[in-house]
Amino acid sequence: MEKTIDIGQYVAIAVKWLMANLRPLFDFIKTTGNAGIESIEWVLVSVPFYITIALFTAVAWKYAGKRIATFTLLGLALIYLMGFWEETMQTLALIISSTVIALIVAVPLGIWSAKSQTAQRIIRPLLDLMQTMPAFVYLIPAVLFFSIGKLPGAFATIIFAMPPAVRLTALGIQQVPGDVLEAARSLGATQKQILFKVELPLALKTLLTGVNQTILLSLSMVVIAGMIAAGGLGEKVLEGINNLDIGLGFESGLSVVILAIILDRITQAFGNKGLN
Amino acid sequence: MKENRPVKIKVEDLVLIFGKNKENALQMLKEGSIKKEILSKTQCTVGINQANFEIYEGEFFVIMGLSGSGKSTLLRCLNRLIEPTSGNVYVNGDNITRKSHRELLDVRRTEMSMVFQKFGLLPHRTVLENVAFGLELRGEDKETRETKAQQAIDTVGLHGFERQSPAQLSGGMQQRVGLARALTNDPEVLLMDEAFSALDPLIKTEMQDELLGLQNKLKKTVVFVTHDLDEAIKLGDRIVIMKDGIIEQIGTAEEILTNPATPYVEAFVKKVDRKTIITAGTLMHEKPTHVRFGKDGPEGTLRKMRSTGLDVLPVVDEQNTFLGFVWVADAVQCANRQEKTVESILLTNVPTVSIEVTVEEMLPLITATRSPIAVIDWDSKRLLGIVSQNSVVIEATRFNEQEITKLKEHANNS
Repeated sequence: MEKTIDIGQYVAIAVKWLMANLRPLFDFIKTTGNAGIESIEWVLVSVPFYITIALFTAVAWKYAGKRIATFTLLGLALIYLMGFWEETMQTLALIISSTVIALIVAVPLGIWSAKSQTAQRIIRPLLDLMQTMPAFVYLIPAVLFFSIGKLPGAFATIIFAMPPAVRLTALGIQQVPGDVLEAARSLGATQKQILFKVELPLALKTLLTGVNQTILLSLSMVVIAGMIAAGGLGEKVLEGINNLDIGLGFESGLSVVILAIILDRITQAFGNKGLN
Repeated sequence: MKENRPVKIKVEDLVLIFGKNKENALQMLKEGSIKKEILSKTQCTVGINQANFEIYEGEFFVIMGLSGSGKSTLLRCLNRLIEPTSGNVYVNGDNITRKSHRELLDVRRTEMSMVFQKFGLLPHRTVLENVAFGLELRGEDKETRETKAQQAIDTVGLHGFERQSPAQLSGGMQQRVGLARALTNDPEVLLMDEAFSALDPLIKTEMQDELLGLQNKLKKTVVFVTHDLDEAIKLGDRIVIMKDGIIEQIGTAEEILTNPATPYVEAFVKKVDRKTIITAGTLMHEKPTHVRFGKDGPEGTLRKMRSTGLDVLPVVDEQNTFLGFVWVADAVQCANRQEKTVESILLTNVPTVSIEVTVEEMLPLITATRSPIAVIDWDSKRLLGIVSQNSVVIEATRFNEQEITKLKEHANNS
């Protein structure tokens, strides 16, 4: 069928306009962003593997218990022994930076949409769009704005991973019981005091679930971001696909799974302990 | 009732309207339209319809009504947790409704604290931190906070629970935390919204008693909202009864029970156990026909009895001091004996009560005697009135005179 409505054309025009007019801004973001990601990566890669493993195991032990700690120890050791340590650390660096930035944007958005009907009406459909749009699509503007590399990878990841954090922050704040809010107001609390002393602490558990979701979505996206030379495990997975190397594909995929489980269990444990 | 106590809170023409078309609704309300008309014409609900009342300093003031009557809403208008649509609320003569947001925060932080039905405690904080919360919001340093909070905790009997989290406590204990939190700010006014309604009956009674004790000691002005008439009567110095946002009646429990202003109030108070509320003062026949000792002889006494149709009369001296009763049969004999005074037939061993004694307390007095009860001023012993046995029985049983007569006949015949 012939194309009668061409929305794509206008999107392309908008993106082109942005590229032409905001070039210096994108360049600036790219340089600083890359520097940030690379410094995190440098730290993670240059710390000896056994220290990193020990650290992760200790955190898992403290917050998530013996079983998860054992899994963390064995899992990370396996990754190291399979020869994917550096790639895993690169991926981790990308996840950390994407998650941090996603949260910096998502938490205020979540608070805003919990407090204002108008904000909610604008933000909700945007989140729906961001979550349902096929993840690969984000790679296109990322590359157009920032060309290839780690920062566009992080950019696509942030967009893809942010929605649950916004939603769960909003949910957490909306779930704060009315009587608690009323009590705080009756004692003369200001809006700011209510937010920081009542709403955020009470929303913490839900908010941490959002953090957990964001981390896991970041992880799935950074693999896809391997397609635009974001490096890390994604690139190894892609290499396996391109060469039809089932062994490489499985090993790098397994590393992703191990990393995912460790991050998930530890952040979940944080979430459960949030209130105690 | 005239009061000389200073007014703490004054509510003037307070109106609260929910909905978008408030101006029209307000206009209609002022022109005397009723709630239903306003709802159908403007889609606005009238929450509070022109409330006017004063609360005195140190008073225990109860706002009572069923759910939807607007009682909790009215309470929230006092500290503007809900913004009234029009009208004024004065606290210590200061117009709360005109205050800026900043000033309002100060009022909430220093002058009025509130206690909630569902407690409203912060689950992530310990009891001590919860109690100190108000002071924290006020910006006081940690040491002051904890000292004052500790005092409040001791006052409400929570000593030893400071480090526990609210979730570990029972409902009654949690409400003690809520009360302590309100007291920590040392407010002049305590607003309590169904504070004990979520508690089980035994704990509820216990908390009521403790609150009354506290109120006696601390002399706060308390505004207490409840749907429970028994609670209102037990706690309140005065009670406001609300229905559909309208104040139906304001008065003491006894005034409301003995003289309900509207059919609604009347229906409402029907089920109340009046024995414990109605007093001799309400029940007595004031300025009864009496015999003056020394002036009225037996003949005079019989004449008074004939003219009133009574077979027993109280006897007083020149100072109106109550001396006893004389009965018609004795008076006839006395007259036959040609005696000059009623001294020989004066019964002095008769029940006397002061004005605030309740029906429940008078009931035992009418056993084993035919005598009515004399109501006297306890200091001067002056006669104030007479309570007949029948009226005590009527109040205690809610049977009327005819029913009592019928019951008696039935019992005597069988």
